[in-house]
Amino acid sequence: MRKEIICTVCPIGCHILAEGTKEEITSIEGYTCNRGKEYGTREFLHPVRILTSTVKVDGEDRLVPVRSDRPIPKELLMDCMAVIRRTVVKAPVSTYDIIIPDVCGCGANIVATGCA
Amino acid sequence: MYEMKCDVAIIGGGPAGLSAAVAARKEGAGNVLIIERDESIGGILQQCIHPGFGLSYFNQELTGPEYAGRFAKEALDLGVEVLFKSMVLEVSAQTGEIICINTECGMTRVTAKSIILAMGCRERTRANIQIPGTRPAGIYTAGSAQRLVNRQNTMVGRNVVILGSGDIGMIMARRMSLEGAKVLAVVEIMDYLAGLTRNKVQCLDDFNIPLKLSHTITRIVGDQRVEGVYVARVDETRKPVKETEEYIACDTLLLSVGLIPENELTRKADITISDITSGPEVNQYMQTSVPSVFACGNVVHVNDLVDNVTVESMLAGQYAALYAAGKLEQKQEVRTRTGTNVRYICPQRIMPCDDGQARLFFRVLAPDMDVRIEARCNGKVVASKKERRVNPGEMCSIKIPLSEVDSDIVVDVIKEA
Amino acid sequence: MIINGIYKTDVVIIGAGAVGCAIARELSKYQIQVMVVDKNEDVGGDASKSNSAIIHTGYDASPGTLESQLVVAANPMYPELVKELDVPFKQTGAILPAITQEQFEQLPAIKAKAFLNRVYDIEYLTKEQIIAMEPNINPEVKGGLHIPRESIIDPFILVQALAENANENGVDFLLNTKVTGIQTEDGKIKAVETTAGIIETGYVINAAALYCDEIAAMVGKADYKVVARRGQFYILDKNTSCKVEHIVLPIPTKITKGKLMCPTIHGNMLVGPTAEDLDNKTDKSVTTDGLESIVKDVQRLIPNVNIRDTITQYSGLRPNRNPEGLHVDVYDDLEGYVNLSGVRSTGLTLSVSMGVYVAQLLKEHGCDLVYKEDFKKTRKGIRIFHEMTAREQEEIIKENPRYGNIVCRCETITEGEILDAIHRPLGARSMDAVKRRVRAGMGRCQGGFCGPKVLEILSKELNIPVEEVNKNVAGSYMVSGKMR
Repeated sequence: MRKEIICTVCPIGCHILAEGTKEEITSIEGYTCNRGKEYGTREFLHPVRILTSTVKVDGEDRLVPVRSDRPIPKELLMDCMAVIRRTVVKAPVSTYDIIIPDVCGCGANIVATGCA
Repeated sequence: MYEMKCDVAIIGGGPAGLSAAVAARKEGAGNVLIIERDESIGGILQQCIHPGFGLSYFNQELTGPEYAGRFAKEALDLGVEVLFKSMVLEVSAQTGEIICINTECGMTRVTAKSIILAMGCRERTRANIQIPGTRPAGIYTAGSAQRLVNRQNTMVGRNVVILGSGDIGMIMARRMSLEGAKVLAVVEIMDYLAGLTRNKVQCLDDFNIPLKLSHTITRIVGDQRVEGVYVARVDETRKPVKETEEYIACDTLLLSVGLIPENELTRKADITISDITSGPEVNQYMQTSVPSVFACGNVVHVNDLVDNVTVESMLAGQYAALYAAGKLEQKQEVRTRTGTNVRYICPQRIMPCDDGQARLFFRVLAPDMDVRIEARCNGKVVASKKERRVNPGEMCSIKIPLSEVDSDIVVDVIKEA
Repeated sequence: MIINGIYKTDVVIIGAGAVGCAIARELSKYQIQVMVVDKNEDVGGDASKSNSAIIHTGYDASPGTLESQLVVAANPMYPELVKELDVPFKQTGAILPAITQEQFEQLPAIKAKAFLNRVYDIEYLTKEQIIAMEPNINPEVKGGLHIPRESIIDPFILVQALAENANENGVDFLLNTKVTGIQTEDGKIKAVETTAGIIETGYVINAAALYCDEIAAMVGKADYKVVARRGQFYILDKNTSCKVEHIVLPIPTKITKGKLMCPTIHGNMLVGPTAEDLDNKTDKSVTTDGLESIVKDVQRLIPNVNIRDTITQYSGLRPNRNPEGLHVDVYDDLEGYVNLSGVRSTGLTLSVSMGVYVAQLLKEHGCDLVYKEDFKKTRKGIRIFHEMTAREQEEIIKENPRYGNIVCRCETITEGEILDAIHRPLGARSMDAVKRRVRAGMGRCQGGFCGPKVLEILSKELNIPVEEVNKNVAGSYMVSGKMR
């Protein structure tokens, strides 16, 4: 398969063209630095994203903002959102408290980014 | 009237106000007070739950609340005081008096030796850009919708069209999609993306949301609630081409069509405001036309990166503290002037100094590549640098040595041969 | 009065716009039962809340018509009325500038027509006088007319005040209620059928404006058709550089009073309206062509009008009729039915004299009107925080801390005022109803800041989930619901 990837590492935004299969890259071009090459490779084989959202505080009409503490595989985003939607946290919450450990078994924790 | 006194009073507890407060305390200001209208600190960052903040200042990718949290903690540790749920009604620049109001103290007068304006900005509305059509429920500016979704746990609609490809529009496209809404299109009148490319990738492409460049909304349909919008391609003069009109059924329209620095208080205080930025004119210390009043953040000019806001705001805080201590000498100032392809420069004035540097922030009029940025004083180049890419959506800057400044500075952005 | 699920009253007024509420208020002075029915969620009608907010003198009416009579009679009633009802009002006066020689030559005819309408206080102005009164006027002005009693008002508060006062004096209001039929028996009114039930009554006053022909059809009296004539408007920011102090009027034509510029009672500038006949009764769009025509026309009077300072545009539908003309009809073969039609540009102004006129008509047609000894003739409006003295502000916050919470930053409106708007009789039950009572949402940010807050307040105070808070009528939901 072939993918055109716009690198987001720096403002230049190189257009990287990568070819390969699900398991390996057979060719990659268009990058102008090593960070770009790494980004393109990762984005082709295992695209990941930081997930941010909000979690309801129990008993109050309040939310606490949360994030994944490391990037999550892109294909798991909606499943993780479903877990986040179901989750209710009890106050008090401090920044970086773990709200959902190992969400969807991908190794990332959902942690608070604010207090409640 | 409840009376309060302080050395430095800061209007607004967002990233600008917080950074300024921290710097003011570090510079030795005894009593630093932030007047904040919300019930919690952090300003707009509280609703910016997405990452992208602090890449240059902290060398980390933080979410809005985390970025604000760092400064809030530091401010707290440094003994900065905050008046919450307090709306400022009036600033009397000459007397250093701020009139504000809250439910506990009622009408309150804060008398300060120096004041820092950090009120941020508001959003351009549907009416400002005169979108034709009806006026149903379901039309929101992107920031208002973001407040509802992220702070008030309220979903604005289910089938969304977004006008404007600025970062806030794209961020909301992702946010709404993650919460189960269908974002049908992001419509952008220019032929280039207004915001960062990374946001196009992570907010639009990831969710298969079509981006319609060189398009605009020609009509809103729906009597009680939005039922749809007509979208058309625009020509080179950015006028809609009627034959290309197509209908997109939707129940929500989000507008990300520009930010306007919120200077109602500044205007009423007779502080000089720039026509181009719509913010107060400042010198390199972020000092306005009234020596005891400083300003920083989006209220001065709309920024793209909060990291730059922090840099400017720390200057404002530092020098406001120096002013409050009577240690800031006033000298005859020179002006910065826009040259080739420069839309505006901030600061607009420079106070000459024997040493040190001043960082001039500016925006270009049109995108360009492989350019040389030059700052000249009396025709002589005092600073110059190369830039691979410049565009109006990304703030540029150049540092100038203050010892070389004895008259107006001109900044040009010229294409390299 | 409800007996066994059926309402019973003496007079049903269909329509809670300016005219309907003015008639209600007038009738509330007498010992009869009155019920006002309206399809909207709030009083204020349709045209009554989207107009130029001007109280006319009638100088340019068609002499000898009922309309002329009613407008000319109404204008002098206002100074006293607005004191009684606590309605913002200002006699700014109007200037009719003649820019071209041709227009200048029309002035005597306009003055003569004013005299025929019995508007005698209208004087010539010289070019110099006009420029002194309005520095922003087109310097080509040749001369003009001054009409001192042309005034500006808050049209929303006027109708709210009439309705509240009527309500306090015993008039019932059935809102969110559509009239579906009218029952007659032996040539007499018997009852009104509505979506909320049947109202037994002896008198029906059709003040349904845009829909008055549909109501008239229910009793076989629709010998005319309502044609909506749309008027689009601009409102400019209070800080706009190019302002006027008077109502600046163009020379009127047959179709319309023309496009004007005037201050609003709250300090904005109003520019417009267009006059476009529609083939429907619902299209309240603003259009590029319409808005552009406003700028083009008004620039002839005020060349430097800064349209880019616009904070909102809106449109209203004048309930014009074909054949044209303002009519108040009663019928020999249908006792108890009064039909109002063709009430358009001057409708807001003449509402108060129409109230007296219709009361008199009812008296002449067998309705026994006995004055109420305990009629309360004054109404106090919502206390406006930013208009209070410093002392009053301190006291009201001590009394009720909610007045210390500013919700609408652009217009400096407190939570206390919003709560007053919601909880007073005939209080606000929608976002627009709050807006029209306390101006929250009418500022330059157009509800960007206060909207989310007002939404929560309405949800809490009315004890309804957020998805049931409407912008105005049923179906105009603001949000789809809570997320979590």
